[in-house]
Amino acid sequence: MNTFEQDARTQSPARQFEKVCAILELNENKPQRLIPILQAVQEEYRYLPEDVLTFVAAGLDVPPARVFGVATFYSHFALAPKGKYCIRLCDGTACHVKRSIPILEAIYQRLGLSSQRNTTDDMLFTVETVACLGACGLAPVVVVNEEVHGQMTPQAAVKLIDEIVERESVTCA
Amino acid sequence: MCMTHSKTNTPDPLMGARHRVVICAGTGCVANGALKVYAAFQERMEEHDLSFILELREEDGNAGKTALTRSGCQGFCQMGPLVTVLPENILYNQVKPGDVDEIIATSLIGNGVVERLLYVEPGTSRTCRGTDDIPFYTRQRRFVLGDCGLIDPENIDEYLRNGGYQAARKAFVEMSQEEICTEISESGLRGRGGGGFPTGRKWEAARRQVDDKKYVICNADEGDPGAFMNRSVMEGNPHSVIEGLMIAARAIGADETLVYVRAEYPLAVQRMRRAVKDAGERGILGKNVFGSGLDIQCEIMEGAGAFVCGEETAMIASIEGQRGMPRPKPPFPAESGLWGKPTIINNVETLAHAVRIIREGAVRFRGLGTAGSPGTKTFALTGHVANTGLIEVPFGTTLREIVLKIGGGVTTDAGAIDPAGFKAVQIGGPSGGCLTQEHLDLPMDFDSLKTVGAMIGSGGLVAMNQDTCMVAVARFFMEFTQRESCGKCVLCREGTRQMLALMDDIIEGRADDNTLTLLRELALAVQKGSLCGLGKTAPNPVLSTLRHFADEYEAHVKHKICPAGQCKALLKPWINAEKCKGCGKCVKKCPVEAISGELKQPHAINQDTCIKCGACLSSCKFGAVEGLQGAHA
Repeated sequence: MNTFEQDARTQSPARQFEKVCAILELNENKPQRLIPILQAVQEEYRYLPEDVLTFVAAGLDVPPARVFGVATFYSHFALAPKGKYCIRLCDGTACHVKRSIPILEAIYQRLGLSSQRNTTDDMLFTVETVACLGACGLAPVVVVNEEVHGQMTPQAAVKLIDEIVERESVTCA
Repeated sequence: MCMTHSKTNTPDPLMGARHRVVICAGTGCVANGALKVYAAFQERMEEHDLSFILELREEDGNAGKTALTRSGCQGFCQMGPLVTVLPENILYNQVKPGDVDEIIATSLIGNGVVERLLYVEPGTSRTCRGTDDIPFYTRQRRFVLGDCGLIDPENIDEYLRNGGYQAARKAFVEMSQEEICTEISESGLRGRGGGGFPTGRKWEAARRQVDDKKYVICNADEGDPGAFMNRSVMEGNPHSVIEGLMIAARAIGADETLVYVRAEYPLAVQRMRRAVKDAGERGILGKNVFGSGLDIQCEIMEGAGAFVCGEETAMIASIEGQRGMPRPKPPFPAESGLWGKPTIINNVETLAHAVRIIREGAVRFRGLGTAGSPGTKTFALTGHVANTGLIEVPFGTTLREIVLKIGGGVTTDAGAIDPAGFKAVQIGGPSGGCLTQEHLDLPMDFDSLKTVGAMIGSGGLVAMNQDTCMVAVARFFMEFTQRESCGKCVLCREGTRQMLALMDDIIEGRADDNTLTLLRELALAVQKGSLCGLGKTAPNPVLSTLRHFADEYEAHVKHKICPAGQCKALLKPWINAEKCKGCGKCVKKCPVEAISGELKQPHAINQDTCIKCGACLSSCKFGAVEGLQGAHA
C-alpha cells in the first residue's frame, strides 16, 4: 500500500493532490462536508498529512485553522502515519473489568512501544486503545485492522503479533 | 408465552421451505467465525447434494428446499456462533465449521438433534433445545430485537413481508401529523438514549414550528463504553430504523433525515447504507412517498470518534462540519437545530419503538413496563455474568431477574459461576452509577433509578464480581470523561482532570485525609459548572461509588490497601517462609531481580525494586507468594 510519502517521492506535485481534488469535487467543495472529506482523505493516505490539510482548507475556502481544529478534535483523525497493522485494544467498561490492561501491557512489551510511542519504527504496527467497539459480549477484544478477536488473553495477543510478524517476514523474503 | 420471535404479521418464516438455517451474523458471532460456518454450510450442503437457497422469495416454489440465511445479532453473543434450525427451532451454539456436517446429517437430512451443540444451563446442567427453552431468552420480551435474530438484514423483501413499512405507510396515508404526535404521546414513549425525555412532547414541539425546512436525526453515536444495543438494531434490522425516521419526519413535517452512526461500527454503517439504497430503489424513500405527495431523503453520516457528539447540540455542530462542541439550550433543537431549522434527534431504539406504536397502537405498547416508563428496554449485559449479550425486558424488571436469571449468575475471573460473587453493576456508562446488593429487587425504570443516584442511560449494564475494585472502576470512568471532555467549559475540562489526579492519588497510595473531601467538593462543582450532559454527569460514577463503597475508599486512603487486590501500587507481595522451598524458580522469573535467597532456603522480595508484575506468583508451584491477590483472597 502506498503511503503519502511514497506518493510524494514518486509523483509530481500536481498528481499528488489529484486524489484530494477528486474527493473535494465529490463533496462539491462544501465546507459543511469537511468531516466526510477528511474521512475520505484519511482512507486514501491512512493519515492526514499537513500539506494536504492546508490544500483542503484552500479548496473549501476556509482558514487552515478551521480544518486543523476539526482534524485535531476527533480521535479518528491521525496527523501522523500509522503502521500497516493497526492494533486496537478495546478498553470499554466490559473489556476493562475483564482485564484488558494486562493485554495492552503485553502488546506494548512485545513491540517495545508505550502510550507515548505507539508506532513501531518499521511502520508495521500501531497500537491504540479505543473506548468501546461494541463487541462487549466477547470481552476483552483486540481488533487488528478490521478483524475482531474476542476473549483475548495477554498470551493470545502476543501470539497474534508473532503470527503477523512471521507472515510479513515471509512476504518480504 | 415465548415472545422471542413475536411479530404481529408473522408470515411463515419458512415460506414453504422444508428447513431454514439461520446463522447469526452480528459482530460478536462474526468475530467468532460465523461467516466461516456460513461458508461451510454452503459447501457441505452442495456436497450432500441438498437443494438449498440463499434467499427466500415468495414467488419461488420453496417446497422441499432448505433456506440458508444470515441474521443480525441474536443477543446471545457469548455462545456464538449461533445456528438456528427452523421450524424445529433448535439453537446450536459455539458451532465450528467442523460441526456442520453433523448438523446437516442429523437435523436437515434426519430429524434428530446434535445434543453436544445444545446450550447447557450452567447452574442446573439442563440441556436446552432452543430459544423457547433457554432461560436467557424465555425471560425476555423481545420487541425491538425480535426480528433482529430472524430476518436477513440485507434483504428488504423479508422486512416487507414481516409487516415492514406498513406503519410508515399508515403515517403517510392515513394519519395526520397531529394524530401521529398524539399517538406517540399517549404511548408514553420516553427517549431510550439516556435522558428519558417524552418523545411525543419533543415531536409535538417540532411539529408546531412553522418553517419550510425541518430535519430528523437518528442518534446512533452509541458512545457509552459497554453498550451495543443500537449497533445490534442497525445490524440486525436496519429498515426498522429508517421506518422510524420516516414516521418522525412525517409527524413534524420534515423531508430530510440523517443517521449519525459511530465509525466504530463498520458493519452497522454498511447495512444502514444498503438499507437506504434498497428502500430508495423500491420508492419507499425519495419522491412522493406512498403517493402522499411528500418527499423523504435519508443520509448516513459516520462520526469521527468523539463521545461528546452523542449530545444533541454537539452532534448538530458535527454534522455542520464543525468541532463537536455543545451550545447552551434553549433554544432547543426542536426550535432551532441543524442549520438553524427545527430538528428532532431520536435514539435508534426510540425510533424502532415508534414504528411498533404506530403499527400496533399506544394501548398495546403501554401493556408492558411501568406507568411512568412504559414498554421494553434493551440492555447490553456484559462483564462478569455467565451469559453476556443483548437483552430486552419490560421496564420494572428487577436487577435480580436480569443479572442472576437472564444473565445466568455472576462469574469469577476464571469464568466459574459464583453464587456469592455479585458485587455491583454499573449502569448508564460514564454518566451513570452503580447498583449494589441492596438494589437487587429494585424495579428498573427511569424514575426509580434516579432515586438511588443512578440512571438507565442508554442501557449498558456491566456486572462486576467481588474481585473488582470499585475505586478503580470509578477511576476508569473518570479517565474516560476526562479524555472525552470537549474542553469548552472550564469546570469540565480542568475539573475532570483534577478529579482524575485525585483518583490516581487514592489508587497509588498518595491520598491523605483531605483527598476525599476535595474529591466530593470538586465533583459537585463539575456537576454545577458544566454546560452539557457530559460534564454534568461525569462525576456520577465517583459520587455513586463513594456512596455505596465508602469502606473501599477508606481502605485505599487510610490503610493503603486495595481490598480487591487490583490496585498494583498498593500491593505488597511477600514470600511465606513456611511454604517456600527455596527452589529459586521465582528468582529466575523476576524481571527486576527483586527476589533473593539461598537455594533451599526461604526467599524474600525486596519491596523497593519489586514492580508487582506477578511473575513470581505464577511461577511458584507451592503457593508461597502472597499479598498479590487482595485482602480477601
